[in-house]
Amino acid sequence: MAVSADHIREKLIKELEAVHVDVEDTSPERCAASFKVLVVSAQFEGKPLLQRHRMVNMCLAEELKAIHAFEQKTLTPEHWDKLKQQ
Amino acid sequence: MNSLIRSTARCMRSGAAVCLLRPADGLVRAASARFLCAAADLQKDLGEMVKKDKVVVFMKGTPAQPMCGFSNAVVQILRMHGVDQYVSYNVLEDQELREGVKVFSNWPTVPQVYFNGEFVGGCDILLQMHQNGDLVDELKKLGIRSALLDAEKESK
Repeated sequence: MAVSADHIREKLIKELEAVHVDVEDTSPERCAASFKVLVVSAQFEGKPLLQRHRMVNMCLAEELKAIHAFEQKTLTPEHWDKLKQQ
Repeated sequence: MNSLIRSTARCMRSGAAVCLLRPADGLVRAASARFLCAAADLQKDLGEMVKKDKVVVFMKGTPAQPMCGFSNAVVQILRMHGVDQYVSYNVLEDQELREGVKVFSNWPTVPQVYFNGEFVGGCDILLQMHQNGDLVDELKKLGIRSALLDAEKESK
């Protein structure tokens, strides 16, 4: 199954109730399926970084089996709003 | 060390080749053969490996010669904090280790960083910890004074 950026985006929105998701396909820069994601979700609130990343990993557990490199940034809506204002 | 010798002997009796896992600090430590020993043995060994040293990194390549941008980033970040002496394992040398560490950490990618036997995260997490100051604090808990603190002092 070839993983697509859209598929990843939809899954993150659906399972993590993400209010904002950016998925960048970084495969051209590497030799295999690679993605960089930004996920903004209220579900991250109060959770330490590692736990947030594990939530994303669990959400994409199937997809990650086929993905070679994966970068992620997890933000709460509050943090995301602050960043946008900068 | 004795348990490593015993487990190596056990594997040699079963006809397996001895695999020398060469941590990148140059010290050769004999490890049980990955290739024919049960995956369960590897998981047990990993449990011991991550606890033996304060800072343990599973990466692609070595600190002297990283073979991947993310692994290199981890090496560079640690170096910035003055952390140059640590144990690292090159997963490119051992396919079973490469898969086994992902199962052990329940983490899909490499590099993987452990502090005092506890999984910290990969490159993304280490970078964010570095940027938000958490890394200095975590190193302090390990009894390691970050070089950045001295750099700050000098500039004042």
